[in-house]
Amino acid sequence: MGAHETSDSMLPIAGEDDIINARQFARETARRLGFGAVDQSRIATAVSELARNVVRYAIDSHGIVVIRGLNDAERGTGVEIVVSDEGPGIANVEQALGDGFSSGRGMGMGLPGTRRLMDEMQIDSAPGRGTTVIIRKWRR
Amino acid sequence: MARVPIIEIAGLLVVTVQEELHDRDALRLQEELTDRLERTGSRGVLLDLSGVETVDSFLGRLLTEIAQGARLMGAHTVVVGIQPSVAITLVELGLELQGISTALNAARGLSRLRHLLAAEGGRGRT
Repeated sequence: MGAHETSDSMLPIAGEDDIINARQFARETARRLGFGAVDQSRIATAVSELARNVVRYAIDSHGIVVIRGLNDAERGTGVEIVVSDEGPGIANVEQALGDGFSSGRGMGMGLPGTRRLMDEMQIDSAPGRGTTVIIRKWRR
Repeated sequence: MARVPIIEIAGLLVVTVQEELHDRDALRLQEELTDRLERTGSRGVLLDLSGVETVDSFLGRLLTEIAQGARLMGAHTVVVGIQPSVAITLVELGLELQGISTALNAARGLSRLRHLLAAEGGRGRT
């Protein structure tokens, strides 16, 4: 990617309370990096969706959120958030990214919605191997 | 844990959410509100979200369900005070809160509720 990482913070997810903790932490980081109010809302909401997936689907609701500032020669300042868990994994990532798909109580809007809110999203997942989602947003 | 007060004013229920809601707080609000609707026979709910910074797909869906549940109990719900950044995020997320009446602020929400109730005349449950 060629981006220089400017900071790196980790937040464990162990239950429902951590959904708000994770998204407020993401919002504060975005604010500190100079993102405007709308982007702060997009980033906090995206993290809320991903953290809720961990709480709903991961083993014992456990996962990790890593948030880091990015500094890229071409794209400037950005934020990267990595949400990973050791849950059951997603069998069909393409299907999970389609609107309306839901394997649980959600509305099927979490992953496709998150992708629309962010500039970049990558999902690494397979059944039994857990899920890692990387999202990025660049400051305009 | 957030306690969300439900206040009865002039026959309407006014709910002001002043902090970020955990999922269980939002679910409890849904139960308490329908309980209050049953006990008071109120025909209007004003739901003020001006203190809420983040509405994700869970809360957005629950707001729709709260309004639908209230409607089944004979009450109209108007959601007011959605922050501009929250409005943009909700649209991008794909949640337009369909079927929910909204207004910019509490004052406009109140007049909208009065209008809805007046249009219904005496046919509502009171």
